[in-house]
Amino acid sequence: MSHTGRTMGSAIRITNGRVYDPANGVDGCVQDLCIQDAKVVAEVPADARKIDATGMVVMPGGVDIHCHIAGPKVNLARKLQPEDKRLDVVPSTPYTRSGSGGIIPSTFATGYRYAAMGYTTAMEAAVTPIGARHVLEELHDTPIIDKGFYVLLGNNVFLYRLLKEGRREEFREAVAWWVNATKAYTVKLVNPGSDELWKGRRNANISDLNENIDQFDLTPLDVIRAFIETVNDLGLPHPAHIHCNNLGHSGNATTTLDTMRAAEGRRVHIAHVQFHSYGGEPGKNPTSRGPEIADYINSHPNITADVGQVMFGKATAMTADAPLAHLLKGVSGNKWVNADTENESGCGIVPFTYQEKVYVHALQWAIGLELFLLSKDPWRILLSTDHPNGGSFTMYPKLIRLLMDREFRNDEIRKVNQRAIRKTILGDDLAREYTLSEIAIISRAGPARALGLKDKGHLGVGADADITIYEDDPDREKMFSTPRYVLKDGKLIIADHEFRADHEGRILHATPAYDPDIEKAIRPFFEDYYSIRFDNYAVSDRYLHNHQVIPGQIIPAVQPQ
Amino acid sequence: MKLAFHHRPEVPIEAEVITPEKLAGLSEAEVSALPLQYGNERVPLGEFFRVSGRYEGEILVEGDLSRVKMIGSGMSAGRIVVDGDAGMHLGVGMSGGEIVVKGNAGDWVAPDLSGGRITIHGNAGHLVGSAYRGSAMGIRGGEILIHGNAGNEAGNAMRRGLIAIGGDCGDFGGVNMCAGTLIVLGRLGARCGASMKRGSIVSMQPAPLLPTFGYACRYEPLYLRLYLLHLKRLGMSVGEAHIEGPYRRYSGDAIETNRGEILLLDA
Repeated sequence: MSHTGRTMGSAIRITNGRVYDPANGVDGCVQDLCIQDAKVVAEVPADARKIDATGMVVMPGGVDIHCHIAGPKVNLARKLQPEDKRLDVVPSTPYTRSGSGGIIPSTFATGYRYAAMGYTTAMEAAVTPIGARHVLEELHDTPIIDKGFYVLLGNNVFLYRLLKEGRREEFREAVAWWVNATKAYTVKLVNPGSDELWKGRRNANISDLNENIDQFDLTPLDVIRAFIETVNDLGLPHPAHIHCNNLGHSGNATTTLDTMRAAEGRRVHIAHVQFHSYGGEPGKNPTSRGPEIADYINSHPNITADVGQVMFGKATAMTADAPLAHLLKGVSGNKWVNADTENESGCGIVPFTYQEKVYVHALQWAIGLELFLLSKDPWRILLSTDHPNGGSFTMYPKLIRLLMDREFRNDEIRKVNQRAIRKTILGDDLAREYTLSEIAIISRAGPARALGLKDKGHLGVGADADITIYEDDPDREKMFSTPRYVLKDGKLIIADHEFRADHEGRILHATPAYDPDIEKAIRPFFEDYYSIRFDNYAVSDRYLHNHQVIPGQIIPAVQPQ
Repeated sequence: MKLAFHHRPEVPIEAEVITPEKLAGLSEAEVSALPLQYGNERVPLGEFFRVSGRYEGEILVEGDLSRVKMIGSGMSAGRIVVDGDAGMHLGVGMSGGEIVVKGNAGDWVAPDLSGGRITIHGNAGHLVGSAYRGSAMGIRGGEILIHGNAGNEAGNAMRRGLIAIGGDCGDFGGVNMCAGTLIVLGRLGARCGASMKRGSIVSMQPAPLLPTFGYACRYEPLYLRLYLLHLKRLGMSVGEAHIEGPYRRYSGDAIETNRGEILLLDA
């Protein structure tokens, strides 16, 4: 493990805080926390600096398992919306650099805004291999938080060829090579199979997992199975991270269930599952199948998911799912971008506004809440807005209030399209209110566990000293928007709600072992089909700066409960 | 109140503070101490302006202010008279009151205008009453009167309000227009009304039209007569023939809704 350039803090004792550390079974106990340098320790010397947290809530720093914060597509979305940045200027302070906000903040502002909300880790969820260098450069400029990214391999032409020819061993080696070559954290699949069709034929897409992907003699199901198996075999810290087929289409819950079944007990993460929980006929208005999806996830412990909650207001659809972007462009009538990424992926960006009175938008909002409220295991149904697709990450505090405050939730439910509400269970005045401990799970401990980050998401001895201290407030939105103190790697970044220091977070990545001979198979394909030479493709170590290799874990398949 | 500009800056100044709301009730010394953005520095207003009198409904700004940006920013009432040229972003975000410029104005006159009136006796630069880059909508109300010529993209994406240009207008006049009225007493440049959805573009001279504008009819629109009489009362050189018409109406832009119009005087 290389902890190069880790900033050393000093000894700190956080006294009398109410500590929520669900990974260690601590549920609101008043106790002290000791920090030495960048780690939580058992005890510190008596002269250690004290932070009085009396009456305050202490949690591990937030961990975002799925967001889009860096790289070519994010930058394109920034450039596409100058009008959004103009009204949200972020001035510099003695400790922080200037930038711009809006729905997609500049790199520096992204780091600061996560930190200002008490989040200390965030994972960029979709990076084309060829864009990895750019992503690493932007992540280097995203301060304070630790970060990593998932590399898009689910529409990769070379990997499809290996699968088509039944060369599974080489497929495995090639996947491992690609994770290493891009410095990725795990593998991401987006709408597997469809990008090749989309690029090849007018308005083509995949709507069934058993459909043939042109010219490859493969079905999306073959691709999904192969990746789930391979990523588990490689023992990456986080399993295959899947954006299922048919995102946003009515009736897509069937595809989502098929995808989850394909795991056959192996670990898999289903991204922004709200967008994949719709009933109804394709081409017609969707209905909710949220309860069915929640049930399936509840009873299959091999599956983790993040919700991808829709929040009303401005958002930006930003995805490797190019045909989806085309569909959304028709809905929004707004400016948009669609792009092709060589042999690897597609890309689409559409600025979008979710409106309370619009049936579909209200339904999406309600399905997200259904998934949260029906979840029996908060460790596996995790908080996200798929920033900026469902809304900005800065909406998390409001989302937390919706989950914790039944009265507030019912008020909000009354404001939205009632026809949509009637299609869900939200009209039943659900009694469930998330506890602080459950919030700590869905926003910190759960994502950290799903990511295989053993030093994050908890406050036990040896944990990273990424800690957030909130002033307890019955208005949970206000409470979670403005932590009183934020520590990153034991360094006091925010005190009394204001920045007191800057910090360079780490790149988190995985390095699965592979046979170097695989390069001999990949090289000729590059020389024939890529715009860039093979020798210039792999990202060199100097792009890593501050980084940490996260060790893998092999977890055997499990049976449903 | 008089603000006399006494020396020319090396780089442009941003003078958001020169607006009735910010100067009302302040003494000369207090006004002199207000901050201006000068390059990457903040300097007191007194460094560039000699202040005399208190605000009593009008701010008179004297001198060559072509390098002074954002005069009248966000004003909602009162009056500013610029005796000389004004710089970019004059009257940005203005919602009421009046600005009169006796000389020329720079680019970006009154972006985000929603009310009030701006009169420029000389020429104006590009993007008069235009939407900021990326925005779907430009000005949402108010009047901009330019006695001289205007540059390109006047009225870009305007949503409501009136822009009148006494002289000629550059290329792309009324581009992306959503609604509102752009009246040009001189000539329109190339590609006027490109991508307009609704709204009216009027000119007293023949104009090169895009092929997506189709001839509709020849008539004497009543509303235009009212608009032109209004402009005449405000001192613009509107002739009898302009008021009488008739006008040839072209509808477009056919690549959008085809519900906009370009009216050309049929002399």
